[in-house]
Amino acid sequence: MALLCSGRDTARGWRALNGTERYDVDPAQLLDACRELLAAGGRMQMAYAWFPEPGVPEVRYLGESGPRRPFLMWRSRPPAGSLASLAQVSPLLGWYEREMTDLCGLQFEGHPEPLPLVLHEGVETSLPPLDPRYPAQEPVSFEPAAWQLPEVHGRDVQLLPFGPVRADVVESAQMLFFYIGEGILHFHPRLFFKHRGMERSFEGRAPEHAMVVAERVSGVGSVAHALAYCQAVETAAGCTVPVRARWLRALLAELERLYNHLHYLGYLCHTTTLKVGEAEGKLLEERAKQINGRLTGSRLLRGLLVPGGLRRDLDTDTLDGPIVALGREVARYTARLERTNSHLDRLMTTGALGRELARDQGATGPVERASGLDRDLRRDHAYAAYDELPPGVAVGVGGDAYARMQVRIAEIEASLSWIRRAAATMPAGIVRGPWRLPPGAEGLGWSESPRGGLYYAVHLDDRGRLARVKIKSPSFSNWRVFPFTVHDTNMMDYAINEASFGLTIAGCDR
Amino acid sequence: MPLWTFFGLSRGRATTPWPLRKGDQGQVGVLGMPRLDPTRCEEGCRECTLGCPTQALHTEEGAGVGLDYGRCVVCQLCTEVCPTGALRPSTDWAFGVRRREDLVWAEAASSESGRRLEAKIRRVFGRSLHVRHLDAGSCNGCESELQALNNPFYNLHRLGVFFTPSPRFADLLLVTGSVTYAMRGPLREAYEAMPQPRWVMASGTCAVSGGVPGGGYAAGRGVEGVLPVDLYLPGCPPNPAAVIEALLLLLERMPQCMQGGRLGR
Repeated sequence: MALLCSGRDTARGWRALNGTERYDVDPAQLLDACRELLAAGGRMQMAYAWFPEPGVPEVRYLGESGPRRPFLMWRSRPPAGSLASLAQVSPLLGWYEREMTDLCGLQFEGHPEPLPLVLHEGVETSLPPLDPRYPAQEPVSFEPAAWQLPEVHGRDVQLLPFGPVRADVVESAQMLFFYIGEGILHFHPRLFFKHRGMERSFEGRAPEHAMVVAERVSGVGSVAHALAYCQAVETAAGCTVPVRARWLRALLAELERLYNHLHYLGYLCHTTTLKVGEAEGKLLEERAKQINGRLTGSRLLRGLLVPGGLRRDLDTDTLDGPIVALGREVARYTARLERTNSHLDRLMTTGALGRELARDQGATGPVERASGLDRDLRRDHAYAAYDELPPGVAVGVGGDAYARMQVRIAEIEASLSWIRRAAATMPAGIVRGPWRLPPGAEGLGWSESPRGGLYYAVHLDDRGRLARVKIKSPSFSNWRVFPFTVHDTNMMDYAINEASFGLTIAGCDR
Repeated sequence: MPLWTFFGLSRGRATTPWPLRKGDQGQVGVLGMPRLDPTRCEEGCRECTLGCPTQALHTEEGAGVGLDYGRCVVCQLCTEVCPTGALRPSTDWAFGVRRREDLVWAEAASSESGRRLEAKIRRVFGRSLHVRHLDAGSCNGCESELQALNNPFYNLHRLGVFFTPSPRFADLLLVTGSVTYAMRGPLREAYEAMPQPRWVMASGTCAVSGGVPGGGYAAGRGVEGVLPVDLYLPGCPPNPAAVIEALLLLLERMPQCMQGGRLGR
């Protein structure tokens, strides 16, 4: 790895793991290592902390030097619970550092926004909740307190707090708008009302059962979460997954992408008030979910993945007919959307996200691809069956709501054709292999969810139980980016812009 | 735009006639809660309770295995490990009940409350119902299925049930999620803002009992203890047909199927 072995002693190589190179980084050298990675065209992905021993935190940074090259995992022991903030050079790490402050009690010197994030103002805990000494069933004490808002002054500036209970059947979050008339001066989403402590609820569970938890982190990303989790455990165990299971896993992941993106199109029509388009999109989503139900017993494709493969085999022989029929209707529908000026007028130039901003702030999935960043974990760090049958990756230009819709339409088409080809060439064989975890093992797993890059880092304790599971969800990344596209726009476009990002709150809040 | 009108008309009727008449419920092949036949349990066997992620299956003092459907997340792990077939996968999902106890497997099913006709509800609502949904910390799976209720296949409006944006117009507060520490306050405030009479439905296993994230430092253990609950519907998530059945159960337009942990149609 040229990057970190370029003569400077910033890092010491440590045991490499399937798909990940790992280094010990001296806390004093972290900023330099980060600058070096960015200067070489790399990118940070996430950061998290865990406690190898009670009261002794260790911080992990995940970086990427480029497609088809191993991920970089740095570990650093903060002296006296404090480290230099890397958000100064890699802005996307800002939220991860604030999360570590809230949940692990670490301090980051020079952080540009040293404010609570995951735990709301007014929360009091005896210890940081992710410290293993924190009692597993002890609720935090909470007395709602004032929170710090950006100061926006001027004549006629008004503040509109919208939520956390919002109109329609939607997830809970509060949106704060500083506005004059129709113009939004500043937008401040207040999230994490739904923070359930999902990462902590993995702890102490048996790895062969905890995919049930992973499937319930973000319901509409059940497959992607279970897949990243299972792959992290399999990396830790050093086992291989039977080839048929790898193909079926990718097939399930594409079925998940399909119903999510169809939902997205219907919901986008809802925000542009294209009523028949909304009904048709939702009907096609329902068709896709019913296909899921018939194939797997679960409309959300739950209950199939397990570390080592699949819990049972699936009969994909009858899948082609329904997929072809659905594909025909989807093609008619998307062609009509692309010809509807009233719809397109509302999307074009709405919520534009530039390429640099998308990159620096960590946009992922269809959102970053619509801004011209050609990245997709299925191709760049292939897993499951994607090395044998690469997916079509759609990249847009413009970075506006229209580009985001176009990318998703292209992904629907690519998924449909991937599913058909996979079902036609599905290899035979067993779907579940044996594995055994060495105590204290750890692993990293990833998948490209319908919303973008998803990572699971898994640490085992010496009894073979889960000691720490970190989830980097795509919506956590995209919610950080989203406000940049709302400042200085107008109220009329807000709902369309939010729908065009296709965010979940459960995935972000966890 | 006229093209869309023509397109919509040319698509014909997509809505199922169910539950007003016989028709497709849309849940072909969908697995539901496991079925328990305790007579097949082997003495001392505890396989199912070891893997159950929410302790829906538990051992009772001096008795066999107990099952609380209010805690079941339909993960099917128990049906995979059960050596005797005492727990089997099923397609049962109509689990709406008025009393929490009716979700717990009981030796002798009591028949009293479930079938009791609550004439008051019918008198108050006639045949229509306005629902305010409130997400108190779900995984978004419940929302995905609730949003499906308004798609052309289920078309909830035809049954006189409407989602309303404001609690001021709502008869029923439909709560999903385990009620996190940060949503407890907004949940209470939404309930207080509703006109009386008002009802509360705990929808999904998280809202009924906490579900997978239940407990811990932030998640809460469901709606019970925060608000009075009139209707419980476990499921992970409850599918749209299950939600429809539960809503019609509240309106006394459908009977309660679940009694003492057993489904009887």
